Amino acid sequence: MTADLLTLRGVHTHIGAYHILHGVDLSVPRGQLTMLLGRNGAGKTTTLRTIMGLWHASKGSISFDGRDITATPTPRIAGLNIAYVPENMGIFADLTVKENMLLAARQAKHAGQIDDERLKWIFSLFPAVEKFWNHPAGKLSGGQKQMLAVSRAIIEPRELLIIDEPSKGLAPVIINNMIDAFAQLKASGVTILLVEQNINFAKRLGDTVAVMDNGVVVHAGSMQALAEDEETQHSLLGLAI
Amino acid sequence: MNALDFDWKPMALVPVLALLVLPFIGSPSTWVTLTVAGLAMGMIIFIIASGLTLVFGLMDVLNFGHGVFIALGAFVATSVLGSMGDYTSSESLWQNLLAVFPAMVIAMLVAGAVGLAFERYIVRPVYGNHLKQILITMGGMIIGEEMIKVIWGPQQIALPLPAGMRGSLLLGDAAVEKYRVIAVVVGLLVFAILLWVLTRTKAGLLIRAGVQDREMVESLGYRIKVLFIGVFVAGSALAGLGGVMWGLYQQSITPQMGAQVNVLIFIVLIIGGLGSTTGALIGALLVGLMANYTGFLVPKAALFSNIALMMAILLWRPQGVYALGK
Amino acid sequence: MSLLATQDLTVRFGGHVAVNAVTCAFEAGTLTAIVGPNGAGKTTYFNLISGQLKASAGQVMLDGHDLSRLSPSKRTRAGLGRAFQLTNLFPRLTVLENIRLAVQATRPGRHRHGLNLWSIWSDHRELTARADEILVAVALGEKENELVANLPHGDQRKLEVALLMALEPRVFMFDEPTAGMNAVEAPVILNLIRKLKEDRTKTILLVEHKMDVVRELADRIIVLHNGALVADGEPADVIASPIVQEAYLGISPRDGTAQDGSAPSSGLAPRAARSEAP
Repeated sequence: MTADLLTLRGVHTHIGAYHILHGVDLSVPRGQLTMLLGRNGAGKTTTLRTIMGLWHASKGSISFDGRDITATPTPRIAGLNIAYVPENMGIFADLTVKENMLLAARQAKHAGQIDDERLKWIFSLFPAVEKFWNHPAGKLSGGQKQMLAVSRAIIEPRELLIIDEPSKGLAPVIINNMIDAFAQLKASGVTILLVEQNINFAKRLGDTVAVMDNGVVVHAGSMQALAEDEETQHSLLGLAI
Repeated sequence: MNALDFDWKPMALVPVLALLVLPFIGSPSTWVTLTVAGLAMGMIIFIIASGLTLVFGLMDVLNFGHGVFIALGAFVATSVLGSMGDYTSSESLWQNLLAVFPAMVIAMLVAGAVGLAFERYIVRPVYGNHLKQILITMGGMIIGEEMIKVIWGPQQIALPLPAGMRGSLLLGDAAVEKYRVIAVVVGLLVFAILLWVLTRTKAGLLIRAGVQDREMVESLGYRIKVLFIGVFVAGSALAGLGGVMWGLYQQSITPQMGAQVNVLIFIVLIIGGLGSTTGALIGALLVGLMANYTGFLVPKAALFSNIALMMAILLWRPQGVYALGK
Repeated sequence: MSLLATQDLTVRFGGHVAVNAVTCAFEAGTLTAIVGPNGAGKTTYFNLISGQLKASAGQVMLDGHDLSRLSPSKRTRAGLGRAFQLTNLFPRLTVLENIRLAVQATRPGRHRHGLNLWSIWSDHRELTARADEILVAVALGEKENELVANLPHGDQRKLEVALLMALEPRVFMFDEPTAGMNAVEAPVILNLIRKLKEDRTKTILLVEHKMDVVRELADRIIVLHNGALVADGEPADVIASPIVQEAYLGISPRDGTAQDGSAPSSGLAPRAARSEAP
């Protein structure tokens, strides 16, 4: 069993004529929360999409749990027990909240087969999911859709969660709930790769951090080390952790 | 879903249209005859269109060769029925059904099988490119037509209704053809089954989700390509069934019959909204009713009436009556 | 008389009341933050004011004039400027062309329609000069010939603010303008908004979840909850009020800290105890 659950080596991605990723090296250690930081346009979303196989790496390799997934089709990558929450949430607007959740619960053939306890837990974190259970997901507000998107990723146990900006547009109390949820998931052994601008996620949950700029990772290391190095913080991100 | 949320306005169009023409037609019994005829024709068109709307909605494929499955279904059924003379000449409806039902099933199986090959060799190479899809699927249909001519001959073949299905029922003053009632029943059955599959099974859920966001369905771990093939085959089989019913409606079949309804099918899809089964039903019923009403009232405008209908609907809802948010 | 006001503004969808009789006045020279839990109706409220949504009851008044029967484009011409999270930029036009379009829209009559050949030339320079002025004010001057689609996200958001400035509205409406921005990009937008405050004849409405932004920029906060206006006042007071602390910020009244320990348990078994996933 490798120490890193997910590894990217020298990954390049081209989209049409644009060369977006210029050799990304990224290691996501098992059971930890890795934060992928960087300004908009740095290539974070492209990296996540390349991992999921939605865009193809033109060079380099991606491996998950020791197996090479560089050219694996997206459904199979998801089938390796990886959940992906895209930046645009990917909510099926004409389907009800219940149907959205049912699709995410791969093991369930119908709604009755969804894990009750797990569902109760999700309801306690994100009340809107319960409130609008039988309503078309399109009727939810932006923040509520975000809650649904994350709920879909955690409805069943997964090895790896890849999440792109989940806290965008969420009220502070819900953000707190989400941070707590991720903490509990981490404690149960789930590995998380998170793109997130909200500094509280980094402070409370971040173990490893990778900073991207111009399609490459320019800094990688432990969150603790970065938190102690104010100079690097400022030069990279203008942050104060 | 909350009953208040359901958009019932498009459904109301059908009875509204029927009632609007009543004063022009004058005699209620004629109106009943025409309306049943229109509904029957509409149901048959719906059966044919239902598969195509899902193919376009889910796979984003413009299949202009859908007509070949219609013709194929009709011809296969004709051959089957031709060899079951005892059953078709019987006056008993049940005997007739013992012939018609297998004919439908076999027609659907053949159409579905050809659909499988069609998807693999003609459609799959051109995923993502609408222009190429139009060209190559039309080419596929032309080839299909010629193959039918090779097997069955180029001329029109009569497809008489089985004895028990001929004739009319009397509803008060109005004469309603038996077969048309059967067509409506079959159509409603198909609609009910489709709706059940789409709303109560996980596969149906996947189709509805895939129509909106293919990438997300794959990201959730489902092989949407397999779903594509399934939908295409089902659509082709449904077209085959529609072909059988259309052939019986006209009581004759020609190799070109598929191409003849192509335009009508696309009008139905545009009216209904691409990807919506209920929309296809409404569009088809409206088109069927329109064709029969104008055929009676203003025969010269019959062809134009459907285009006019489409224009009117698009002015109201440019994406079709049940447009799916993409 | 206040610059912008809503009176008993309500909208219903089927049986559900999304915005419930919200009465509020926005004075010139102020920035009002609109906060509230997700689904409280903040964006819906904006949609009612800008005309994207028709109200079931109530009015929207600009300078005392009822806007209720005006379409969204007429409301914009009346002086309402709403930012739309990038959907009001033209991706295939350059930065300069986008701003010039907005400037052109503010010119009355024939200049807007561009039919008079003589004025097209003479006014072209004037329009371009004005557009340049605005671009320099938002520090996008050097990128004026870039296609908007090629701009990084942060610059697109800046352009959006510039577009609003070019329209010279009396009311600015921003819906989470720094969403998705990091600690380097967000201050740029916030500075622009702060500069807008300097014009005492305008009023600014800001939907926002980030409390630090609100504390810094807002003269006043209103809180929406389940469609109704539940709090209205100075930032320090509103943020400290118990209902906001608990329902919105998630700060437990018992110990004054964020809900750490009181988080619901997931019942997730630690890794070793779980059977291996297939």
